[in-house]
Amino acid sequence: MLDIPVIRWGQPYESMEKDKVVHFETGEVLATVHQANGGIIKMDMRKANKARDILRQFSIDQLCSMAEKAADLYQNATLPLGNGTQSPAEFCRMQSATTGLPEHMCAGNMKKNAYVLRNMRHTLEALTRGLPLEILTKGYGMESRGVMVSYQAQTNVLGMVLPSNSPGVHTLWMPVIPLQIGLVLKPGPQEPWTPYRMYEAFAQAGVPREVFCVYPGGPECGAAVLETCNRAMIFGGTPTVERYHGNPRVQAHGPGFSKILFGDDMVDQWEKYIDLMAESVFANSGRSCISCSGIWASRHTEEIAEALAKRLGPIAPLPMSDPKSPLAAFTVPGAAKAINAQIKELVEAPGVTEVSAKYRNGERHVAHERYDFLRPTVVHCSSTEPAVANTEYMFPFVSVVKCEQKDMLSKIGGTLVASCLTKDENWSKQLLDATNIDRLNIGEVKTIQLHWMQPHEGNIIDFLFRARAFQNTQPPSH
Amino acid sequence: MSDTALAAKLAKAKELLDEHTRQTIRWHFSDATGCPFWLEKKKEFKFDPLKEVNCFEDLKKFPNFEDEWLRGGPIRRWVPKGLADKPVYVFETGGTTGIPKSRMVIEDHWIDYENFSDTLPDEYFPRGSNWLMLGPSGPRRLRLAVEHLAQHRGGICFCVDLDPRWVVKLLKKGDISGVKAYADHVIDQAVTILSAGHDIKCAFATPKLLEALALKLMDKGCSIEESGIKGIFAGGTEFTPQWYRFCREELLGPNVYITPTYGNTLMGLACGKPFDPADNFKITYYAPQPRAVIETVEFEDYNQVVPYGATGRVKLYTMTKELFVPGFMERDEGERELPHDKYPWDGISGTRPFHEFAATTTVGVY
Repeated sequence: MLDIPVIRWGQPYESMEKDKVVHFETGEVLATVHQANGGIIKMDMRKANKARDILRQFSIDQLCSMAEKAADLYQNATLPLGNGTQSPAEFCRMQSATTGLPEHMCAGNMKKNAYVLRNMRHTLEALTRGLPLEILTKGYGMESRGVMVSYQAQTNVLGMVLPSNSPGVHTLWMPVIPLQIGLVLKPGPQEPWTPYRMYEAFAQAGVPREVFCVYPGGPECGAAVLETCNRAMIFGGTPTVERYHGNPRVQAHGPGFSKILFGDDMVDQWEKYIDLMAESVFANSGRSCISCSGIWASRHTEEIAEALAKRLGPIAPLPMSDPKSPLAAFTVPGAAKAINAQIKELVEAPGVTEVSAKYRNGERHVAHERYDFLRPTVVHCSSTEPAVANTEYMFPFVSVVKCEQKDMLSKIGGTLVASCLTKDENWSKQLLDATNIDRLNIGEVKTIQLHWMQPHEGNIIDFLFRARAFQNTQPPSH
Repeated sequence: MSDTALAAKLAKAKELLDEHTRQTIRWHFSDATGCPFWLEKKKEFKFDPLKEVNCFEDLKKFPNFEDEWLRGGPIRRWVPKGLADKPVYVFETGGTTGIPKSRMVIEDHWIDYENFSDTLPDEYFPRGSNWLMLGPSGPRRLRLAVEHLAQHRGGICFCVDLDPRWVVKLLKKGDISGVKAYADHVIDQAVTILSAGHDIKCAFATPKLLEALALKLMDKGCSIEESGIKGIFAGGTEFTPQWYRFCREELLGPNVYITPTYGNTLMGLACGKPFDPADNFKITYYAPQPRAVIETVEFEDYNQVVPYGATGRVKLYTMTKELFVPGFMERDEGERELPHDKYPWDGISGTRPFHEFAATTTVGVY
């Protein structure tokens, strides 16, 4: 059995207490994971400045080359893991077995992470808007247009308090090492796999191990990471996002409430977009902040809901190893049951119809001894009033909502990804101005189709660096 | 120690416990000396404690002690008639919301800590040296108890004010920065005291506060050892083997002694088994028998002790002249441990919040 240590600035540390990572179907213990305590993190973070010093011994370009190499190692190599090794296939099997995500989806996420690593130069070029990257290293420099610019790192390390249930989020921290910032990872209890594998891939690609910490552990570890890292990201629900709202040191990622919005000019052609809608709802088993949880239109909403329900309703769970396995399992006891009960109550509200039930041939909640599934669900809302009109769950769930185009922007609330099907220039201008939309797609783009050259929930460059004034000559007289 | 010698010690301790039980029952259930609460409660029992409780095992005839009995007044109903003329303290536990549990105390907190004092090595807790008390104050007994311990050993205790109920409120509100600011406020006061030339050599601290103090001193280029502290005792379920190791290896260094304790307002203070590298930082506690007894009992049957090494819930008995608690189910669980030469009765290790409550319990706030 794998035994995985804590990593303290590249040094393995074996703790007194260990956590067991178990297969959600069988209960088999796949690994024991050593557990950090908060004090260790607070102690280690007193040496965080070394991480950036070490990384600045390399150029960003060199680190991008290492990231490329790390991409191949991460995706293709058998890498050390604790007291054993792990092949790519084993990685997918283990990640699936502990997170409940089907193996082929784990492989898909792996491919996505590798893509971002492999294309690091382009990603950084895009995120910095073409800034000469040595300016980030040196702190200042002259741009080709003859303007002095200065960027100051706001932290020596980025802390990541990672989730257990969504292996897709790891792309967010891929650029950190190339940006010469150390990494402090607190893995989710059920998903230690990606942080450790990525750490090993970077190390074997030439990045010094001393710039990494990996701290599996309880909630006190997450709190210690957030307390001691000058910049940190955390993943959680709406309360987590609200707790850290306005805190410049913490970027909190939560539900996306991502949506497809039909303009009046295109809604009559809705049938053309049924694939786009279904895939936006269904990809990655609906388990992403970028998965579509709402489709809003001024008319044809009943037909849209019906067509989606017909497509998604019959989908039933398959074994995790099946290459067509469509649904992720809920591995936390009681979670699926509670969500199912909540949905049952919400669809009783006036103006709400659950459309998928008649296509499902069975219950939404499929219970097993150690895990559960929730089958795809499509509800229709005749107005924006019912609570279910703007909800998000960790499975393919979508509300098709009837709403006048003129009211949409004021009613949709915070929306991570809005894919807007319109050619209406006036409405497009309003969409561009809407500050409650984070990622805006105008055109035939699925909500889950992210271009990694685009910033996600805030530009990581702006999070880690501060643009500020720097002068080493007198300014022109005025 | 040979098995025979230990067996003799065990037998003697058992004999002492049975005799202490009989004396306690006589005191608390005699009309002349008992407290109004137990004298009234006696009328509900289908047995006569004075006649039918003759050894420790007989305490299982009592129903489990309900902590609700401690909420609300009048507090005088807990004062034994035999001690009615004594000045009375009241200490509280819980109370972040609602009515806290109250325990009336006369001298128990002094006696408990004097007994505990006997277990402290003079090398690290030098007689006559001054103390720092870094823990909850207010209506809790800890401040007065630690202060008495210092005085009992010939020293003077410097205290820092701490209100754990306020910290729980901040945590429940999600006000993390407020919690941090309050912790900084507390630690700053401790650092000031340590820097003020008071010759402090001993300390009580909760694990979290000790950790914060040690890190703060490090940031100032100092350390717990360099501040003059030689011996520390700390308590709470956050005192885990991992924290013990981290504390000894990284926070304190080899020259500062730390010993874990486990206790509460009802029980007094259970001592940690002396540090032994062979234990691999396992922490085993022993109750201050015969004044208090800890049993590790089955989750499904609170009258059944689990086998050695097995996990169970903590059941507490308190038998002092001031308080009689015949079987109180604590909010913790752990593993039953074998008796020790120094403490020839059952111990408990791995104490942690009882798994059925763990999700809703806020632990280690100070």
